[in-house]
Amino acid sequence: MSTQTNGLDRRNFLKTGLAGAAGLVIGFYLPGRREVLAAARLDGNAAEPDILNAFIQVAPNDEITIVIGKSEMGQGVATSLPMLAAEELECDWRKVHVEFAPAATVYFDPAFHMQGTGGSQSVASAWKPMREAGATARIMLITAAAQKWGVDASECHAENGAVVHAASKRRATYGSLAEAAAKVAPPQNVTLKDPSQFKVVGQPFKRLDTPIKTNGKAGFGIDQRQPGMVHASVEHCPVFGGKVASFDATKAKAIPGVKDVFEISDGIAVVADNTWTAFQGRKALEVKWDEGPNANVSNETIFKSFADACETPGVVSRKEGDAASALTGATQKIEAVYQAPYQAHATMEPMNCTAYIQADRVDVWAPTQFQTPTQITSSKIAGISQDKAFVHTTYLGGGFGRRGWSDFVTEACEISKHMNAPAQVTWKREDDTQHDYYRPASYVKIAAALGPDGNPTAFTARVACDSISRWFFGPDAVKNGMDSSSVEGISDTPYDIPNILVDYHMVEGPVPMGFWRSVGASQNGFFLESFMDELAAAAKKDPYEYRKALLSKKPRHLGVLNLAAEKGEWGKPLPKGRYRGIAVLEAFSTYVAEVVEISLDKDNGVKVHKVTVALDCGRVVNPNIIRQQAVSAVVYGLTQTLKGQITIDKGRVQQANFDTYDMLRMNEMPVVDVHIVPSEENPTGMGEPAVPPVAPAICNAVFAATGKRIRHLPIAPEDLT
Amino acid sequence: MATHFTLNGKPQTVDVNPDMPLLWVLRDHLNMTGTKFGCGMALCGACTVHIDGEATRSCITPISSVAGKKVTTIEGLSATDSHPVQRAWIEIDVPQCGYCQSGQIMSASAFLAKTPHPTDAQIDDAMAGNICRCGTYDRIRKAIHRAAELQAGGAKSASAEDNSELVASAVTVSAGGAE
Repeated sequence: MSTQTNGLDRRNFLKTGLAGAAGLVIGFYLPGRREVLAAARLDGNAAEPDILNAFIQVAPNDEITIVIGKSEMGQGVATSLPMLAAEELECDWRKVHVEFAPAATVYFDPAFHMQGTGGSQSVASAWKPMREAGATARIMLITAAAQKWGVDASECHAENGAVVHAASKRRATYGSLAEAAAKVAPPQNVTLKDPSQFKVVGQPFKRLDTPIKTNGKAGFGIDQRQPGMVHASVEHCPVFGGKVASFDATKAKAIPGVKDVFEISDGIAVVADNTWTAFQGRKALEVKWDEGPNANVSNETIFKSFADACETPGVVSRKEGDAASALTGATQKIEAVYQAPYQAHATMEPMNCTAYIQADRVDVWAPTQFQTPTQITSSKIAGISQDKAFVHTTYLGGGFGRRGWSDFVTEACEISKHMNAPAQVTWKREDDTQHDYYRPASYVKIAAALGPDGNPTAFTARVACDSISRWFFGPDAVKNGMDSSSVEGISDTPYDIPNILVDYHMVEGPVPMGFWRSVGASQNGFFLESFMDELAAAAKKDPYEYRKALLSKKPRHLGVLNLAAEKGEWGKPLPKGRYRGIAVLEAFSTYVAEVVEISLDKDNGVKVHKVTVALDCGRVVNPNIIRQQAVSAVVYGLTQTLKGQITIDKGRVQQANFDTYDMLRMNEMPVVDVHIVPSEENPTGMGEPAVPPVAPAICNAVFAATGKRIRHLPIAPEDLT
Repeated sequence: MATHFTLNGKPQTVDVNPDMPLLWVLRDHLNMTGTKFGCGMALCGACTVHIDGEATRSCITPISSVAGKKVTTIEGLSATDSHPVQRAWIEIDVPQCGYCQSGQIMSASAFLAKTPHPTDAQIDDAMAGNICRCGTYDRIRKAIHRAAELQAGGAKSASAEDNSELVASAVTVSAGGAE
């Protein structure tokens, strides 16, 4: 999902509308996209295309509402996207509010051709259109003021939520101008500020959602309450691909408060008057499962299928020079096999959804990352047209890629349809762990030839894993057996090596695959950057200096590598028992290098004391949120390096709750020191790119400590002795 | 069977299955959704409330066991988000997705009531039961030290004159945290 785009370039003019007393509404209109998927007004009522596409509303009381087509799942879009509009709008930041958009084509992300949040794409996609929306609104407000005062618009300017005519010392607030401004023809083209004039972009603004996240008022999906709503939970077949053979609900239905028990497409729904009773009903179910063809699948069979596949050449992802010949003739040849396990997303808010199917509409209140599939799914189940499917995006208690799926939407809609009532489905933690779409388990055979100077003359990597695209987009999405997300992070190795061959085996299996924070780079970055450390060791060179020499043509990699080495005090003597490791990777066009400092304890394993992060994500929009996301990604990376993994036995996941699949905790939290490389490039995302360097940097530090190379994750106690 | 207890300072009676956990009584029976469901096994801390001042995992606490006791939830911690822990959380800009933060705040506030000048090690011990998948731990640590200062009354809070209400502060706190 690392497609690069420069925002909503296809937008070529703007449309406005007046929503009763709502004042000025500025929106985008995309030619060629006249089909309106959601005829939802901002208030969720009847269709009114003129205001459908609104991004900005100015109310008569001066309050500004900025509508974002992205989901807020902790990454800060509900602050960073409004900042882009506010930069040009010249409004009072204290009066800015955020609303989550309905599902509509106008909010499509050009990277996905649908409305959704992912791929560290939000700020990059919004960078130009949100500023243009702000500038358009400002110009219309200025024009309205100039007309009111009978002066030329060029004599007026906007500041802090008002238009000012300096010559006559007149001033009118945006709210007082909103209604008149809505009647002004929108400018066809707007000139955006020179970055030297930025007042908002680059500022460490606090998040707009912090106050409601400190008093319990933020409304997550699981917090939705509708009149007459029933609570439900679904018993799924523990084996992937299995289904219900038969079930007896007598005992479940005997529990007071259980309203109904019935089969839906992916299991048995228990409906009750509260969630706990629905859980109790599930425990009382007597189910015979048809476990299907996957009941003997295990980690052993899966990894054997990967290893077997790698015995023969795969589909070529990257070929430069003649790596095979260079390896054959090499004086020094390094070979290794690396593995990464399945990982679950483990959002703190378990999967859930609330839906209400009525005769002429369906409403879905969902913590979803992808509104368009939510809309399509719900309209199909309701049996009505898509424009009658209203998606109400809530706050998301974590996403990390999991909430791009619509399985929880399907369940809520099927249950609502059966019950003829608003229905909320809630997953238990165990369901969440055992019925995820997992980060692919992956296997790589990797080799390099070193020349007399120790630098690599050839590099080969043969990757075997299942394909995320196959699962998410369907088999047709994978052309010629190549899914770029399976090899990203290794196929795009930036190192200056004359002969490169990377090939891929798509090994189809029953375990569902999904986008997991940083996607392919989450495992391939571990493979590549650990192996580069192996090469440095074989060449008897310093791991930082070795990388630096091979990245001389890659200025942005070098920029973060050098900054991390400097701030992480690479090369400076450490206290006894402390060791450093380093890694650098680009993901989603953002460059990150990390230096970690660890010690080893025979009882507790690896203790990470400090992680120094250097990053280059282009122009900084909000350094406060960038730092938050860098630290957050480091914690995600630490968890996959030091904590659990998802394993398969008898066709099912062996882990269940946080006792068997634990997360990094407060007492394991290192100091994380974040440094940002100044840049005037267009901004890129920070949701994911700081995840991949963590695992290799730590494993490289373990090598520095023990001389043992770790080639699988997570690090096990026996790896350290 | 009716259970009588005090909820956020007011008398409360609920007539539900006595085995029903307090969490679900709050969320589904009383529609007080600030307290979160995370694991159902007291492993993550998202459901933390105060019972007679003690941080307690409401997901494994049968409603019958709170009869006659004082229960405080995130909704009742302060009327105007003015509890020192909430003020510190806002000042340090702690939350990301925010889902675990009710539980974090309830754990931190019960802890600070008993440990007004905590060290980092004490914070780690007290807060290790609360998972944050966004990884806001470093800011939680800072915010607990800051809340300790605010609680002691000796530290200046953010004022409207400067822009600290809008811009994230670069609060640095020494390891011991005490003034």
